[in-house]
Amino acid sequence: MGNWLSPSVMRLVLPLLYAVVIVAVLPLLAGYIVLLERKVMADMQARLGPMRVGPHGLLQPIADAVKLLLKEDIVPDKADRLLFWLAPLVSVTMALLAYAALPIGPAFLIADLNIGLLFILAVSSLGIYGIVLGGWASNSHYSLLGALRSAAQLVSYETAAGLGLISALLLAGSLSMKDIVMAQYDQGIWFIFYVPIGFFIYMVGSIAETNRAPFDLPEAESELVAGYMTEYSGFRWSLYFLAEYANMIIVAGIATTLFLGGWLRPFASSHTALPGTSIELLDALPSLLVLGVALYCFYLAPKQPVKIQKLVMAMAGGLCLIIAGALAGALFASPAVLQGIHGAFWFLAKVFAYIYFFLWFRFTFPRYRFDQLMRLGWRFLIPLALVNLIATATALLATREWGGSLFFYTILADVVTLAVAMFLAKNDEVDSAIPVADGE
Amino acid sequence: MSDPRTTELSNVSTTVLGADEIILNMGPQHPSTHGVLRVKLKLDGERVVDSECIIGYLHRGVEKIAEHRSYQQFAPYVDRMDYVAAVSNGLGYCEAVEKLLGTEAPIRARVARTILTELQRIASHLLWLGTHALDIGALTPVFYCFREREEILKIFEKYCGARLTTHAFRIGGLQYETYDGFEQDVKRFCDDFTHRIDEYETLLTENRIWVGRTKGVGILSAADAIALGVTGPVLRASGVKWDLRKAMPYAAYDLYQFEIPTRETGDTYDRYVVRMEEMRQSRLICLQAIENIPTGPIMARIGKVLKPPPGEVYHSIEAPKGELGYYIVSDGTTQPYRVRVRPPSFINLQAFDKMARGSLVADVVAIIGTIDIVLGEVDR
Amino acid sequence: MGLNSILFYFFAALAVVSAILMVTRRNVVHGAVYLITTLLATAGVFLLLQAEFLFITQVILYVGGIMVLFVFVIMLVNLDVSLLQYQFNRQRFVAGALALALAAQLFVVIKMGKTSLFPQARIPEVLPKNTEAVADALFGRFMLPFEIASILLLVAMIGAVVMAKRRV
Repeated sequence: MGNWLSPSVMRLVLPLLYAVVIVAVLPLLAGYIVLLERKVMADMQARLGPMRVGPHGLLQPIADAVKLLLKEDIVPDKADRLLFWLAPLVSVTMALLAYAALPIGPAFLIADLNIGLLFILAVSSLGIYGIVLGGWASNSHYSLLGALRSAAQLVSYETAAGLGLISALLLAGSLSMKDIVMAQYDQGIWFIFYVPIGFFIYMVGSIAETNRAPFDLPEAESELVAGYMTEYSGFRWSLYFLAEYANMIIVAGIATTLFLGGWLRPFASSHTALPGTSIELLDALPSLLVLGVALYCFYLAPKQPVKIQKLVMAMAGGLCLIIAGALAGALFASPAVLQGIHGAFWFLAKVFAYIYFFLWFRFTFPRYRFDQLMRLGWRFLIPLALVNLIATATALLATREWGGSLFFYTILADVVTLAVAMFLAKNDEVDSAIPVADGE
Repeated sequence: MSDPRTTELSNVSTTVLGADEIILNMGPQHPSTHGVLRVKLKLDGERVVDSECIIGYLHRGVEKIAEHRSYQQFAPYVDRMDYVAAVSNGLGYCEAVEKLLGTEAPIRARVARTILTELQRIASHLLWLGTHALDIGALTPVFYCFREREEILKIFEKYCGARLTTHAFRIGGLQYETYDGFEQDVKRFCDDFTHRIDEYETLLTENRIWVGRTKGVGILSAADAIALGVTGPVLRASGVKWDLRKAMPYAAYDLYQFEIPTRETGDTYDRYVVRMEEMRQSRLICLQAIENIPTGPIMARIGKVLKPPPGEVYHSIEAPKGELGYYIVSDGTTQPYRVRVRPPSFINLQAFDKMARGSLVADVVAIIGTIDIVLGEVDR
Repeated sequence: MGLNSILFYFFAALAVVSAILMVTRRNVVHGAVYLITTLLATAGVFLLLQAEFLFITQVILYVGGIMVLFVFVIMLVNLDVSLLQYQFNRQRFVAGALALALAAQLFVVIKMGKTSLFPQARIPEVLPKNTEAVADALFGRFMLPFEIASILLLVAMIGAVVMAKRRV
């Protein structure tokens, strides 16, 4: 028995275990994010969303999954069979592979690569092949055009997003995802406060990278050029869908790690403890928050009109109580367990906050036309990202040469970058108002 | 020489499709053509070089049917033409026949007709706004617009029992009295409506993406608009201040104060602004009208069997989509000899080619939406 | 037969098989996909040599950038003509002879085996962190060649854009 728990075996088994957990949980998680999206969409549109399948629509993702699995697998007649089979596979594999370097907690990391960030970016850029090959394999003009446009959009905005990331990377000093979070712990502040413009650039870039509105022209139904997914049905389509939502979680994870402090709680470096114990005050925050949610559910439960909804609300409240209990219980366990559980809580909370913005933007903004999209990427976002990078680097250099607080220099850098952004935006307005007249 | 837009896109399309020009067929079943409209586009890369609208998929022979129905029997048929704004169709027809008969509906009926028609104008514009925004990619305004439209349709249902094809008016006046609580319902709706329109404007009017997709798209100059016979908000957005409610008042419009919104450029954004402002003005008319609905009879004395003297009449009204006209020829019998409808959507659709030439394929959907057509009216 | 050896043979076999498949496929897109596999296998070999920065750069730039462009061009060009063309043309014998010569040279080098071509070079016991080492070299000792190479690429890019624009 002792032999099984030796460190070398653990080093092999633990990552394997994490990998299995992630691959098993992720499709379910993606399905429930779809349900969340539909509910949030309904809420913003003054309606209810899925309500029938299971209480409050909670079994909807399961119903959808079963339906997709049972659908007939249609392969277009002249389609390239090898590539038709391969394309969704590439998309999904790359999406899942990126999770290998995503740090959900200090120990909940499948592989602490010292090029972790680059690995995730590389794998995301490999995901483009899923789209391009899928469009090609469908043997339809419109699928191909849609796929190529989607790929062009991805490549352009990936550049901008990467440049935005680098400005935070400068502050971290390492490519390892774990080290980046530890750098935020050491410096006592999340990097978003140093480079908010970098965060904004990364956010816009990541929305375009995952083909979400307002950049979803290649996928939109009411446009003429049908998307790359048109000819795929059933299980193959669900793989593409899974890849899209898995990608959303990945970009949210990267943003969380680089800008929002990863698994750290707010004010991670201040260790004010409860008097007499070694429990830190702020560590009680997660369980208090979840407790608050539980109490709110219990408060709402009697007010529901229908009995089954009362039951569901009460059960949701109960679930929240259990989670609050687990979080509170972790306070008394060993530091490793505490860090693990609370770290996962904070990481997931931040990821969901980021994804909520994705959902919010989808239902608020109209769609960009493709040429406007490319213009925005190349003529606004990439120059802005470059300026931001130079300004941040200058700020860092100034701190090193002349001393003083980094915060002060980065504020200066941000002001300069904002001025450049205004200038670029004004230029953009003039150019894009070219009227389409006869006989030009 | 090259507009940046062509360069980025024509590289992709031209090489794949070999030849420089391709013909693209949209519809008749397409989520964005608002009905069964078929549009054939000749494309040079991404630019539309020529276009052709093929209509007739919804032709039901309404005008021929009119020749075999009595005047009152034909009234429900007109609702089915512009089925989105049935009440104004009914208004135009009833007033045309009243003109033929040489009578006029009593003042109370005229005021009630005005209120209902203005509510219908708001409902029609709301539907236009929702579907137009949906085509351009804004997924939310359509639900808000339908929520407001629902309130109006509830008022219609309480008044005449139907929501969509209402047959609200009769030749000579109204059949039903306004129900108890009619004024309160309309007042409540109008009070709520201002901040609802503000809600839509917050989402769209200043939004960069919305402006980018509608400004400069589908420009129609005033001269072109007049030459093509375009009427309604499309004409007013191109700079021509012409509204039949002010130019040749009918029903009770001369009793109320309201503005005619116009804009200058005639692009999609201007048409959007004009229609939003029209909704506000319609609301003002309703508020003024319900302050003071005159008492009196609701039906003129014209007898049960209608046999207008032989002759012809052309009467038009300002429907939500433009000038809706009825040309009725009577031969002295109970059935009209000929009823010819001047449908605003049909005439406005002629401007599509003018607007679409030179624009990008992705804008065609926006242009179809901005003309605001209903195929029931185009095809009859 | 350590894990390293197994992995090396796997990547090497993958690279060779993919390369052979790439040159023998009639369908150009399939050929491109096999080229991608070859490049990924080569990147794997880099990783085995503990050169992780080179591995990731190979993936991001070669597979994620250059091959995407290859695939774009292949898909945009009218392929009907090229699909009907015979894959091997008249120069195949000269090409074969040259390939044999190259193979002979490689064989000799491998035979030399453990004796390095540069005996003075010695791999240190503990390798410095890869990314930092590359950065030190690129931005320290080899700054000028790096800048010259970037300007060269910039010139090539501008030239390509100018040429393409004129055609439109």
